[in-house]
Amino acid sequence: MKTAAACCLAVIAGTAASAAPAPGDWVSIPGGTFKSALRYEDLPAGSRVAPYALLQSPVTNGEYLEFVRAHPEWRRDRVPVALAEARYLSHWQSAASPGPGTMTDQPVTWVSWFAASAYCEAQGARLPNWQEWEFAAAADATRTDARADPAWRERILAWYSRPSNEPLPRTGASPANVYGVRDLHGLVWEWVDDSSALLVSADDREQGSADRQRFCGAGALSMDDRDNYAILMRVAMLSSLGAADATGNLGFRCARDEL
Amino acid sequence: MRKFLIPLLGLLSLAAGCGDRESPVADADETGGSARGDFGPPQGEPIKAVLTSPPQVPPPTGRSAPAKVIVELEVIEKEMAISEGATYTFWTFGGTVPGSFIRVRQGDTVEFHLMNAPDSKMPHNIDLHGVTGPGGGASSSFTAPGHRSRFTFKALNAGLYVYHCATAPVGMHVANGMYGLILVEPPEGLPAVDREYYVMQGDFYTTGRYRQKGLQPFDMEKAIDENPTYVLFNGSEGALTGDKALMAKTDENVRLYVGNGGPNLVSSFHVIGEIFDKVWFEGGTRFQENVQTTLIPAGGAAMMDFHIEVPGSYVLVDHSIFRAFNKGALAILKADGSENKAIYSGKEVDEMYIGDRALPNLAAVSEAAAAAQSGELTLQQQIEAGRVLFAGTCSTCHQPDGAGLAGVFPPLAKSDYIARNPKDVAAVILHGLAGKVTVNGHDYDSVMPPMTQLTNDEVANISTYVLNSWGNPGGRVTKAEAAIIRARTPPAAQAGEH
Repeated sequence: MKTAAACCLAVIAGTAASAAPAPGDWVSIPGGTFKSALRYEDLPAGSRVAPYALLQSPVTNGEYLEFVRAHPEWRRDRVPVALAEARYLSHWQSAASPGPGTMTDQPVTWVSWFAASAYCEAQGARLPNWQEWEFAAAADATRTDARADPAWRERILAWYSRPSNEPLPRTGASPANVYGVRDLHGLVWEWVDDSSALLVSADDREQGSADRQRFCGAGALSMDDRDNYAILMRVAMLSSLGAADATGNLGFRCARDEL
Repeated sequence: MRKFLIPLLGLLSLAAGCGDRESPVADADETGGSARGDFGPPQGEPIKAVLTSPPQVPPPTGRSAPAKVIVELEVIEKEMAISEGATYTFWTFGGTVPGSFIRVRQGDTVEFHLMNAPDSKMPHNIDLHGVTGPGGGASSSFTAPGHRSRFTFKALNAGLYVYHCATAPVGMHVANGMYGLILVEPPEGLPAVDREYYVMQGDFYTTGRYRQKGLQPFDMEKAIDENPTYVLFNGSEGALTGDKALMAKTDENVRLYVGNGGPNLVSSFHVIGEIFDKVWFEGGTRFQENVQTTLIPAGGAAMMDFHIEVPGSYVLVDHSIFRAFNKGALAILKADGSENKAIYSGKEVDEMYIGDRALPNLAAVSEAAAAAQSGELTLQQQIEAGRVLFAGTCSTCHQPDGAGLAGVFPPLAKSDYIARNPKDVAAVILHGLAGKVTVNGHDYDSVMPPMTQLTNDEVANISTYVLNSWGNPGGRVTKAEAAIIRARTPPAAQAGEH
């Protein structure tokens, strides 16, 4: 019943039909009612996502370098380990430069949640929250909510199933979704603002009797759409990380409220 | 003797021991389970556990006191063969499916390190069924890519236990190969055997068909429907066949440690040609003797011993038998040694057995043979006898209705080839035919072997039947003609000179 509702409720009026924006550009997303794959017990009919804007592609090494130059306290040799673990930006040639080649076009990885948040703040923006990220990521090239389509799920899952042992492609190379956003699937995992509240549980099978004290109520979250393995995997990945942690396949993009 | 005593003692203690709360062990034959599994603090220096890749099993611990054992297991996501020409992205404990075999002794304190490789896409954890404690270690070992977790447990229960990943989505982690076995030896160890092997069954779900080539992605729908593409021993078709077959010798005792990772199917584990002398069913403390097939649940395991008397290939199967022959659940144990004909003879007799069908069917043949002997053979008798002989010898290829198989076996029905050379029918039967022929406008280029095993009577009757069937021109071949044709140079050789 509830899963069936998920595909019908998120019908959005009007779609962004503008020309493809350049990397680093903002894409407007109209928002609307959204039924998350996670179960929010206080919002059985879905939640309201206010209009917002999202970076068209994940932040690149090149863009992040500019940030580090302007805010040297975020150099890997200066940042406190409480805010970014030892491997923060460890793929760069030096603390001040990613090194030669195409890396500037690749999404930045090995960034902590604190660092990603600081980057977005410096742009007058913020990290998208889980709902905003999922709202945009539910779309494919022609539909605002493709989540119920088995073929679409299969495509996303295929990337999730692969290890991250190949060089990352550059950003912006994948086709835009119906809003004009790119790379939400198939490039890197992405931080969201409320990552730390996402923990369904470290042990998935404890759903329903989770450790509520430890996770400030987030343990009450459980899956409404248990067939949506892609979302389960995103939750699992973000859940496994602390805010100072970084991995070689986790990047981010920024969001801001639509003026 | 002892076997009969056990249930009796159990009954007695049940009747007498209701009020006895002092000792959890009411029966001298009970192990006492986890309440009696703590043998005190670990003795001596910590020991690094020997981990082995399947099908190998680490050596017995050989210890008489509890130890601290350090287990280091790395999670590696990697593409490997699932079948010939087909690959799959497996998620593994230690780089293999199933994962590394862990062997400890009851009472050991196990310090478990789980490393997740930096290039992993997913976080992982481990639930060991041999752990006493919520989650079996899962929530204590949830590990992001490029991280390491540690937790410690005391192995309180002896037995053979499955371990697996329990990260969401659990089914997918298990379906991708994240399982293995941990053996907790009883304090006295297990009886010594000559060989030990590690085999684990699992079911796999790919978007492509069975044996479809190329990288095969995980198919979530098939997994939820419990409709596997592959059912495999040790993670790939052919993991334990050919050069990789398990090896043993006659007069040896072999022990298999067999687990079932699932995620969905229960295994009816059987070794074709052997009877398990002992099965520690469900991987527990007791064994059953003289077992043909043992059930291994998903997330369960069993140990089994058997003594090999006769050399040859023994086939390990899931006796839900379509899985063995159509989904890959098949492995070989090859035993070398000298034959023992007193125990198994091999084939002693190979002859025709036609049962009841002999009477009505072959009656026409014997009747024709008798008539030929007395010189009173009619055309109709020949045709009737030929019909039966044709069905037994010729119809497999030329089909019961003489229509042949397009492109492979030429038709005999309304055949222009026969109409042109009616006398050649008997010659082709006796000498075969190789090379290109054109029949009813179609070319055939196959080989028909000579049917010299047929008697002259039989050749005459079959030929006569063919000539008088399916719109062919008619005619008759006699036994004497068949004898002359048999003695002649084969027509195929004449035609085959070019």
